[in-house]
Amino acid sequence: MFKKLTLAALVAFGLAGGAHAAGGEAHVEDFKFSFEGPFGTWDQNQLQRGLKVYTEICSACHGLQYVPLRDLEQLGYSEEQVIAYAANFEVFDPELDDYRPAKPTDHFPANTSAGAPDLSLMAKARAGFHGPYGLGINQMFKGMGGAEYIASLLTGYTGEEKSEAGAILYENHAFPGGWISMAPPLYGEDTEFDDGHANSLHHIAQDVSAFLMWTAEPKMMQRQQAGFVGVFFLVVLSVLLYLVNKRLWAPIKRKPTV
Amino acid sequence: MAGIPHDHYEPKTGGEKWLHSRLPILGLLYDTIMIPTPKNLNWMWVWGIILTFCLVLQIATGVVLVMHYTPHVDLAFASIEHIMRNVNGGHFIRYLHMNGASLFFVAVYAHIFRGLYYGSYKAPREVTWIIGMLIYLCMMGTAFMGYVLPWGQMSFWGATVITGLFGAIPFIGEPIQTWLLGGPAVDNATLNRFFSLHYLLPMVIAALVALHIWAFHTTGNNNPTGVEVRRGSKAEAEKDTVPFWPYYVIKDLLALAVILAIFFAIVGFMPNYLGHPDNYIEANPLATPAHIVPEWYFLPFYAILRAFTSDVWLVQLASFVTGGIIDAKFFGVLAMFGAIIVMALAPWLDTSSVRSGRYRPMFKWWFWLLVIDFFALMWLGAMPAEEPYASFSLIASAYWFAYFLVILPLLGVIEKPLAQPDTIEADFDAHYPPKDEAKGAGAATPAE
Repeated sequence: MFKKLTLAALVAFGLAGGAHAAGGEAHVEDFKFSFEGPFGTWDQNQLQRGLKVYTEICSACHGLQYVPLRDLEQLGYSEEQVIAYAANFEVFDPELDDYRPAKPTDHFPANTSAGAPDLSLMAKARAGFHGPYGLGINQMFKGMGGAEYIASLLTGYTGEEKSEAGAILYENHAFPGGWISMAPPLYGEDTEFDDGHANSLHHIAQDVSAFLMWTAEPKMMQRQQAGFVGVFFLVVLSVLLYLVNKRLWAPIKRKPTV
Repeated sequence: MAGIPHDHYEPKTGGEKWLHSRLPILGLLYDTIMIPTPKNLNWMWVWGIILTFCLVLQIATGVVLVMHYTPHVDLAFASIEHIMRNVNGGHFIRYLHMNGASLFFVAVYAHIFRGLYYGSYKAPREVTWIIGMLIYLCMMGTAFMGYVLPWGQMSFWGATVITGLFGAIPFIGEPIQTWLLGGPAVDNATLNRFFSLHYLLPMVIAALVALHIWAFHTTGNNNPTGVEVRRGSKAEAEKDTVPFWPYYVIKDLLALAVILAIFFAIVGFMPNYLGHPDNYIEANPLATPAHIVPEWYFLPFYAILRAFTSDVWLVQLASFVTGGIIDAKFFGVLAMFGAIIVMALAPWLDTSSVRSGRYRPMFKWWFWLLVIDFFALMWLGAMPAEEPYASFSLIASAYWFAYFLVILPLLGVIEKPLAQPDTIEADFDAHYPPKDEAKGAGAATPAE
C-alpha cells in the first residue's frame, strides 16, 4: 500500500523539479556533452579549447571571479604554463596599492565593466533542456543542463535587432523573453585551434560551454566518484543487512533458517 | 498506563553496581534499547530511525560547514564557493547537507502520513503527536533559515517573501517583521540572526526528539493493527512483542542502508536537481527573479498560502465581518499556519475509536485522497499564480481543511469499522502461521 505512496512521491518530485526549472518559455537545444550522466567525464581537450575561446572572446566583458587560476592545472597545463597564462591578467593588490600581473594563487579577475554577469557559476545558475515533454527527466540523469543553455544561447541568435530605450537588443530564441542585450559574441571561426579542431559556431559554442561547466563545478568528477563509492558500499551493506535481518527474524516468523 | 512489562537492567559487576547506585544511566540505555516493540510493525515504521539519522547527518555536516562559512552579505556567497572549490571534501559535505534537508523532509512526511493512516496520534499518544508537530515546525524554520545562508537570489527573495508573511498580521505585523529582520529589509542583520538560529534550532530539535522518544516509550509503539500490546503479565506481553534490540535495530539499519544508497546516488549524480538554479546567482536586492519558488518541501503549504485570494467568497466574508482587518494576505497566512494546526489537532478531531485505517473501510478512501491532495498541492505550489492553478489550489486547500475539520469528526460517527484482531499475536499468526498449521498448509500445496 505504501509502495504507492513512494511511487507517487517520486512522480511528484519529478514534476516539481521539472516544473520549477521551466521558468522561461525559451528554446534550449539538447546538446550532447561528455560530462553528462553518472559515467560522464571531462573532455580535457575540449576544456582547453573552451579556455581559449573564453580568454580571447568572453573575457573582454565577463569575469570568472570565483575561479582560482591555479585550478587550470586540472585542465592538463603545467605549472609553468599556468604561471605564464596568469600573467596575462592584471589584478589589484591592496598591499602594493597598485595593479600587478596575476599569479596562479589569484583568481581570474572580476569583470563588470560592460555590465556583463560573472560567468564562474553561470552553468549552474541556468537550467537547460528539461525534456522530454517538460518532465525534467533529462535533468535527472544528465544534470541541470546549464551548459546546454549557454551553448543554445550562443548559437540562438536570429540576426534580428531592435532599439529599445536607447539600448540595442538582439533576438535570441534561447533567452527568456527572446531579446538579449549581449551582441552576438561568436560567429564561427572566431579563433583557430592549435590542433586544427573544427571551429564552426556550433563547435566553439559547445567548447566554451563545457569550459564554463568546469568553472561552475570543478569537482564534478570527484563528486561522481564519491557517489559511486558511497552507493557501492551501501549496496553491499544493504545485502549483508538483508541476510542478517532475514536470519534474525526467521524463528520469530517461523520460517526455516538457512 | 503502565509500561509494557519486561526485564529491567540489573547491574552485575562491581563497577556497574557502583555507577548504578550513583547514576542509573546504563539502566536507562538498556531499557530504551530493549523496549518491547510490537512484532508486527511494517516497513513504514522505519522512518523514525531515518529521521534520527538525518538529524545527526545535518548536525555533523553543518558543524564542518560552519568552520568555513562567513555570515556576511558581502562574503557569504563567496565563502560557499570557497567550500565548494578549496575545502577538502567541502563540495561533497555541502551537497550532503543541502540534499540531507530533502531526505529529512521526505522522511518526515512519510512518518506523518504513517501516523495519520494507522491512527498513531490517538490516545494515549497525543503528546507524542504534538511533540512531533513541534519538531516538524522547528524543522521548517531551520530549513528555511538554512536556505537563506548561501545568500543566493532565492535565499534573499525567499527570505523577503516569507518574513513578509509576518507583515500581514494586522496592526503589529510591520513592527514584528522589522524585529525579525533586524531592520527595514532583508540585510546583514537578517543573515546573522538566521545563521545563529539555524545553529540553535537543531539543538532544540534534538531535545524535542528525546522527548518524542520518551513519550512513545511510555505509551509503547503503535502498530499496524492499532491494537494495544497486552500488559497483564510479562509472558503475555512477550507474545505480542520482540525486544527493539536486535530485531528492529537490524531491520531499521537495513532500511537506512537502502535509503542511503539512493541518497548517495542523488548527492553524487544529481545534487542540484532538487534545488533552484537561481540560487547560484548572488543575492541582488535590485533584481527580482522571474518566479520565487520555495524548496519542494514547503510547496504544499505555499500553495495553501496563495490559494486564498481576494476573489474567494470566504476571504471576502472574513474581510467584511472583521471590517477589513483580515485581508486576503492575512487570510492566506492564517490558512497556511492553520493547515498545520488542524493536523496537530487530529487526536481531538478524529472521533473514531478504531486506530488503524486498516479496519476503517470509509476512512481509507478519504486518507488516500488526502495523500493525493498533498502531492497535488506540492505540484500547484510550483506553478505560477494564474488560472487554472489558482482554482485547483483552492479546491485542494479546501480538501485539506475538510479532511481534518469535517471528515475525521464525521467518519467516527457514521463509519462501521471492520472487526479488529483481538491481539497483535493473532494478527502476526495470521501472516506467519504457527508450525502445525503451516504443515497443514504445506500439505495442501506441496509445490513450494
